[in-house]
Amino acid sequence: MLLTLLLIPILTAFVLMLRPARQAALIALIGSLAAFAWSLLVWRSFDFDASATMQLTAAWTWIEPLGLRLSLGVDSIALMLVMLTAALTPLAILGSWTAITQRIREFYLWLLILEAAMLGVFVARDLLVFYIAFEFTLVPMYFLIAVYGSTNRARASIVFFLYTFTGSIITLVGLVYVAWAHWDTNGHWTLDISALTATASAMSTSQQAWVLLALCCGFAVKVPLFPVHTWLPLAHTEAPTAGSVILAAVLLKLGTYGLYRFAMPMCPAAFHEYAPVIAVLCIIGIIYGALICWVQRDMKRLIAYSSVSHLGFCVLGLAAVNEAGVGGSVMYMINHGLSTGALFFCIGMVYERFHTRSMDELGGLARRMPVWTFFTIFFVLSSVGLPGLNGFVGEFLTFFGAFTSGQPVQGLPTAGPLGPWYGAIAASGMILAAIYLLYFAGHLVFGTYHLPDTSHDGHDDHAHTRLPRDLSIREIAVLAPLAFLCFWLGVQPGVILSRIEQPVSEIVTHVNMAAERSMLITALDSPEGR
Amino acid sequence: MLDRVATLWPEIILFVTVMVLMLTGTSGDKDIRRAGLWIAGVGLLLAFIFAVRMPEPETLMPGLAGFMRPAACVVGFLLLMGLGNIDSRLESEVDGGRRFDPLDTTQGEQLCFFLLSLIGLMLCTTASDLIWLFLALEMTSLPTYIMVARSRSKKASQEAAVKYFFLGAAAAAIFLYGFAMLYGATGSLHLLDIRAALEAQAAAGGIGSLAILGLTLAIIGVSFKIAAVPMHFYTADVYEGAAAPVTAFLAFVPKAAGFVVLMLLLGTALHLGEGGQAWPEAIRVLLWVLAALTMTIGNALAMWQNRIKRILAYSSIAHSGYMLVGLVAAMETAGSASASPATNGFAAVLFYIVVYGITNLGAFLVLACLERRGEEIETVDDLEGLWSRHAGHATILALCTLSLMGLPPLVGFFAKLFLFTSAIRAGEYVLVIIAGLNSAAAAWYYLRLAGVGWVRRPGSSAGEIERTPVVARRFAAGVSAATTILLLALTARLITAGDQAVQLRPSDAPPHHAALSTPAADDRPQR
Repeated sequence: MLLTLLLIPILTAFVLMLRPARQAALIALIGSLAAFAWSLLVWRSFDFDASATMQLTAAWTWIEPLGLRLSLGVDSIALMLVMLTAALTPLAILGSWTAITQRIREFYLWLLILEAAMLGVFVARDLLVFYIAFEFTLVPMYFLIAVYGSTNRARASIVFFLYTFTGSIITLVGLVYVAWAHWDTNGHWTLDISALTATASAMSTSQQAWVLLALCCGFAVKVPLFPVHTWLPLAHTEAPTAGSVILAAVLLKLGTYGLYRFAMPMCPAAFHEYAPVIAVLCIIGIIYGALICWVQRDMKRLIAYSSVSHLGFCVLGLAAVNEAGVGGSVMYMINHGLSTGALFFCIGMVYERFHTRSMDELGGLARRMPVWTFFTIFFVLSSVGLPGLNGFVGEFLTFFGAFTSGQPVQGLPTAGPLGPWYGAIAASGMILAAIYLLYFAGHLVFGTYHLPDTSHDGHDDHAHTRLPRDLSIREIAVLAPLAFLCFWLGVQPGVILSRIEQPVSEIVTHVNMAAERSMLITALDSPEGR
Repeated sequence: MLDRVATLWPEIILFVTVMVLMLTGTSGDKDIRRAGLWIAGVGLLLAFIFAVRMPEPETLMPGLAGFMRPAACVVGFLLLMGLGNIDSRLESEVDGGRRFDPLDTTQGEQLCFFLLSLIGLMLCTTASDLIWLFLALEMTSLPTYIMVARSRSKKASQEAAVKYFFLGAAAAAIFLYGFAMLYGATGSLHLLDIRAALEAQAAAGGIGSLAILGLTLAIIGVSFKIAAVPMHFYTADVYEGAAAPVTAFLAFVPKAAGFVVLMLLLGTALHLGEGGQAWPEAIRVLLWVLAALTMTIGNALAMWQNRIKRILAYSSIAHSGYMLVGLVAAMETAGSASASPATNGFAAVLFYIVVYGITNLGAFLVLACLERRGEEIETVDDLEGLWSRHAGHATILALCTLSLMGLPPLVGFFAKLFLFTSAIRAGEYVLVIIAGLNSAAAAWYYLRLAGVGWVRRPGSSAGEIERTPVVARRFAAGVSAATTILLLALTARLITAGDQAVQLRPSDAPPHHAALSTPAADDRPQR
């Protein structure tokens, strides 16, 4: 079932190459809608009463000496991200309908392959299958940025590729080390994630700390956490609209998903011990990203830095290691995907009309584009975290999780690693977010009306793009589903929260138990303990 | 004696082919000369069939020949296609008497040298003593000097050949000196006897310093063949000077021979039974340093190049460095319980060299298939706009370079992964991290190569890229690109076969001169 989900985009990509270029967008749209329909079927057949267990599993032996099996399965959190990916790809395709005018076939080809790779990451139950998909997302994204990006695309694409490639090689070393440790204790090679998780979480805390460091090298770059975030604004700014949307909505989630799927369960004791370090990096990212946004004049760059800030909240929730924090973090992954993805669409639509990203050249677009204004304000408010829209739920939960992390919880042996101060400082990021996003909206949407001077380059933008002044039906069709989801998840967050409860509480218990065990061992070893 | 000959049929067949080619190559009839390619192809095919079915020779690593000889035939076949026939446009010019350049006619002798060198590689795998090893290694190298000199009518290729020859001769002297010392230390030339002598020395308190010195010199000498760092200086000039198909040949055949020799030499004291100490720490440190330096310097130099052949030349140095990691890993873990074929360093090296040989060939052949205004493609910028003109070539180049980079899921990733797993098993974490960072650094220039044809718009001034009308070459390039994906299906079998190939002959087995019957064929690797 899950294999079919992976094969639909790949097969569509093959068909795409055989058909003439003018049909490419249509074929890609049909294929990605088919994948989305199939993912709905997956959702239907998923049993949410046992949402923490891997379901719809399937496995085929691939490279036996390495223990590599093509082994697939999802728990409910992975399923949520699968749904996000499958839902956003058709929108991304629909959103690039008129923006891509050259080398159309390859564009949609890469987009579909990217979808397959991203789905592969979420459905992998085998270490190497995960890693292969994780790495392979780089290739389509590289080409999307390098071929279809704007002026500085060559540099952006190479920086993007090398940054993440370097990080994930170190991750691979860590993962292979775990596989080796598994052989050492159990006597057979396997790359099954659950088996390796069991082995790794039984290792000593210092071993776990090294593995955690190796894993973080790859995942923190992907998220991106504070000191290694520098590739992101560049890549986001230069990528074509669909690329930015996918990058923000799904690719960044590969990092947080990796932390959730590998770093937390494999090195629970070390994660608990070093969670304050991670949290401090998150908080620096939250505030630093927000401050940069405040002074940013480039619209796309602004949203890109806001991603740095927002993803800081997301990882902060994980680092809180309690149900509110981790649950909120998962919620945040979905919400950020929806609202930031949508904001990139909105900016892309403006860019397609006026060919500028600079906020100095644009202003007061509400006069000219009322429908666009409605959507933009809507998504800005969702992104800011207005209660009633989706952003609020995730943001509040992660913040709440961090704040209450230090409190003992009934049924858990240890308290979480963070405390009120983490929450309090992070909360200032929420205020800053409100400042920069409303400032952005105020300037672009309601400021004094002016447009870039197009007379000097001799062509009228309407003649060039053949786009109506305000949004076309197609563009509304891209934004409306996103807006609906943002609204729906805002009033009914239980749709997601109730379904992810089991895996979340399982991992929280797992990390806390391991942390307690390691503390006991330390206490027994220390002189006072004797 | 006849037992030994019975294991050498593939080499004999190829040698007969060489003899035939020497006759047909001198024929006055163009069609007969051109048929030389087919003759060589048939010879390789026959050699392949025999190589698969040969009994194992009674050598230190009996299975090695069963793995490496068929592999050499397969890669050799692709290389042969890559060598291809001479561009028919040039040949008709020569025939019409308008212009005469011997290089523009089909060269039978070029094929002879090619096959002779391949025979040398195959002989290395069956070597039982040091003299054989030396002669086989020289047989691999000598024809390559001439091939480089004759590959292009440019001064650069003559210069390259002279450099290659003198440095090669010096390297040969160094490792021969090492061999002499090994002989002096152990009193025998036979590898199995050497192992027995070293075992005795180890049991009596440690391997003597003369043997260690001998091995050190031999390693340094052979590192010329594999282009490892202190002996790497020739690589860029020679690779650039030779024609692209010849360069692809240089990147595989001498390198494979060099690694085979290193494995055999290290194998003499890899696992010395209970209580015996294998090669002392000094040898491991030597290889460790060689590996780290080779990877790092190779990649660092490759990053600064703009000429494609120089990039590939320096990157081939780096690839040798990765493979040396496998040797280090094997030295650490030899004799401990085998976890899985995926953690055997030697097996990883064998797998890597085959994968590397094939994919690297693809990258070089794309260059050989293209020309701009009658000139070979030289710089990275020359590839601009390749995708819009020749989509197939751009795809081949991208697949091959991404596989060389080690991007999953292409087969080059698994080749690297096996090296990593074996080194992690050996506890060489630092070396693995160095190798990992080097792979990331290599991504920079491989990505340039893979991307430039796709990403950049066609250049305006330089003229269009054209294809050379050599079909076989294009076909070979396509095959090697397809291999980067198709080999995934065979990865499990290849690494298992490699694992069996490098199993050392048990030391309590009867010595080579006492065994009269050939060993049973049932423990040969499954292929």
